[in-house]
Amino acid sequence: MTTATAPTSDTGRIGLADVVSDTLVVTRRGLIRNIRLPQLLVFATIQPVMFLLLFNYVFGGVIGTQIPPAAGGKYINFLMPGLLVQIVVFGAGQTAIGLTEDLNNGVIDRFRSLPMARSAVLAGRTIADLVRNAFVVSLMLVVAFAIGFRYQSSFLGFLGGVALALAFAFTLSWVMASIGLRIKNPEAVQSAVFIPVFPFVFASSVFVPPETMPSWLRAFADHQPVTIIANAIRGLMLGEGILPAGQTVAGQTLLALAWIVGLLVVFAPLAVRLYRRAVT
Amino acid sequence: MPPPDHSAASPDPIVDARGIVVRFGDVTAVDGVDLQVRRGSIYALLGPNGAGKTTLIRVLSTLLKPDAGVAMVAGIDVVADPPMARTRIGLAGQFAAVDEYQTGRENVEMIGRLYRLSRAESRTRTSEILERIGLMEAADRRVGTYSGGMRRRLDLAASLIGRPEVMFLDEPTTGIDPRSRVGVWELVQDLVAGGTTVLLTTQYLEEADQLADRVGVIDRGRIITEGTADELKDTMGGTIVEVEPPAGRHEEFRRVLASAVEGEVTWDPQRGHLRLPAAEGAASLMAVTRALDAADLVPDDITTHKPTLDDVFLSLTEDDAPATNAADDPDPQRSRTRGRKARR
Ligand SMILES: Nc1ncnc2c1ncn2[C@@H]1O[C@H](COP(=O)(O)OP(=O)(O)O)[C@@H](O)[C@H]1O
Ligand SMILES: [Mg+2]
Repeated sequence: MTTATAPTSDTGRIGLADVVSDTLVVTRRGLIRNIRLPQLLVFATIQPVMFLLLFNYVFGGVIGTQIPPAAGGKYINFLMPGLLVQIVVFGAGQTAIGLTEDLNNGVIDRFRSLPMARSAVLAGRTIADLVRNAFVVSLMLVVAFAIGFRYQSSFLGFLGGVALALAFAFTLSWVMASIGLRIKNPEAVQSAVFIPVFPFVFASSVFVPPETMPSWLRAFADHQPVTIIANAIRGLMLGEGILPAGQTVAGQTLLALAWIVGLLVVFAPLAVRLYRRAVT
Repeated sequence: MPPPDHSAASPDPIVDARGIVVRFGDVTAVDGVDLQVRRGSIYALLGPNGAGKTTLIRVLSTLLKPDAGVAMVAGIDVVADPPMARTRIGLAGQFAAVDEYQTGRENVEMIGRLYRLSRAESRTRTSEILERIGLMEAADRRVGTYSGGMRRRLDLAASLIGRPEVMFLDEPTTGIDPRSRVGVWELVQDLVAGGTTVLLTTQYLEEADQLADRVGVIDRGRIITEGTADELKDTMGGTIVEVEPPAGRHEEFRRVLASAVEGEVTWDPQRGHLRLPAAEGAASLMAVTRALDAADLVPDDITTHKPTLDDVFLSLTEDDAPATNAADDPDPQRSRTRGRKARR
């Protein structure tokens, strides 16, 4: 450096344009990570496609006879909306893992010592994960259409269902960010985010209608968010007939939105607070 | 309202910390540190693991609020106005905080953007910096393929892009091979030649000796002595005599030696040496040999050398040696006293 050192900015005050620009920089970083880490890409693409194929061809024959006629007689039509929820739930843990890695590698310390917007670190990460989810969801839709999935309502309803799945994914990212920032230890975070995922995904309406579950399990399955989101997406894509008696598409969609917004309102500020206090 | 900018008008000191205290529950990690660093100099905080070096750096680089004390960096109160302080500082933490899956160039450009450089400026400066730190050839390779030394240099370079007035380097050469260490040293010297002030921490005495204009020895959260490397060495007297007793007999030797010379006899368990100052050079050495002979003690080896920081450090932080005279101390195994004062 030949010139004398000079401050980059006079005050360090951060305006909205700075927040946007910093968020884009951090988002780009997250996207590069998602693209270049092979295990992430494999997990994000192979796993959902495999679930789609396996569940459809292994269980489809049996379950297909038990599902409401609104599915058009094909299990794939019932399965696909549920699997959209399943993949975003399974993938959400990545937000927590990525953050704890950054925390333990000193990357968060570096960011916190820069004159950048603090909110950009979390926003960038969750947006990058949203883009990853959008990519995985698109890939899955292509495969699903190829093996016979057809929405039974309208194209708009179909798009609404996809949007709902992505909105849920974004909210879950903030939940997972809070968990990661709270636990901090990368190994501990792995189990903290992946173990609870199983009861939520399987004790739900993702793969089968919960009607045949024992009543104690059904009480949980009927009311937990994964079922509510899955039902809403299904209603939007397949029409009211697919829903359990008494539920309407509008009602389920509103309920799903309430969960999505509610979780976001609780966990986004919590994650921001935990981030501010994060000290390794 | 932003406070006035004093950075151009206040030459000394550029880092001015007073009475810094940081507690983690029962642990007092930093215990009342005063620290001043002159603009354009290199200051080394030298201390063992757990001394409080990282914690102090975290306070000065706005990552941690101290429980007590004030700290001005480049004329800005880091506790009261961290956002402004961040525009003046650079931090390279104890681990190289670079992304393995990005190339070296991408890493530096990203930090440049976060320092609010325009895209074009960030790109130009990244090339300049990579050239300067000798990473141009590897610039477009992923950092995952870099050696430890290359990562370290890249980590430093990433902070440089913001042209910080003060760079904080936490153990910049820990865990890298000796040749890479020299590369990092050159980079630090180069930085200072360009007008930046550097505050670094190290566990290596040689590093502080080689690099620093001033050295503060930190132990258990306190700065126990401070000065130029030469001043610290002077406190040890002109020459050091090292006596290597046969295994297991250092207490016996120490008693005899302590009565033979003025000053402190210290035991270095790692090297198996007793060290003592030889204020009168050869005359002192002869007094040592006479005393040992009179007591019928034959050492494995006797050597003399000019004092190094090693000697200073050892005499200030040693674990089991009493302060002045071994014969007077009833319990040579007592735990070290807290904040033992430096001798002048
Ligand atoms: N986040 C923390 N929580 C609890 N104790 C801590 C924390 N950070 C540091 N310490 C303690 O403070 C002391 C000083 O640590 P540190 O500043 O990391 O020392 P150094 O960098 O010199 O090795 C140590 O006893 C360490 O265990
Ligand atoms: Mg440390």
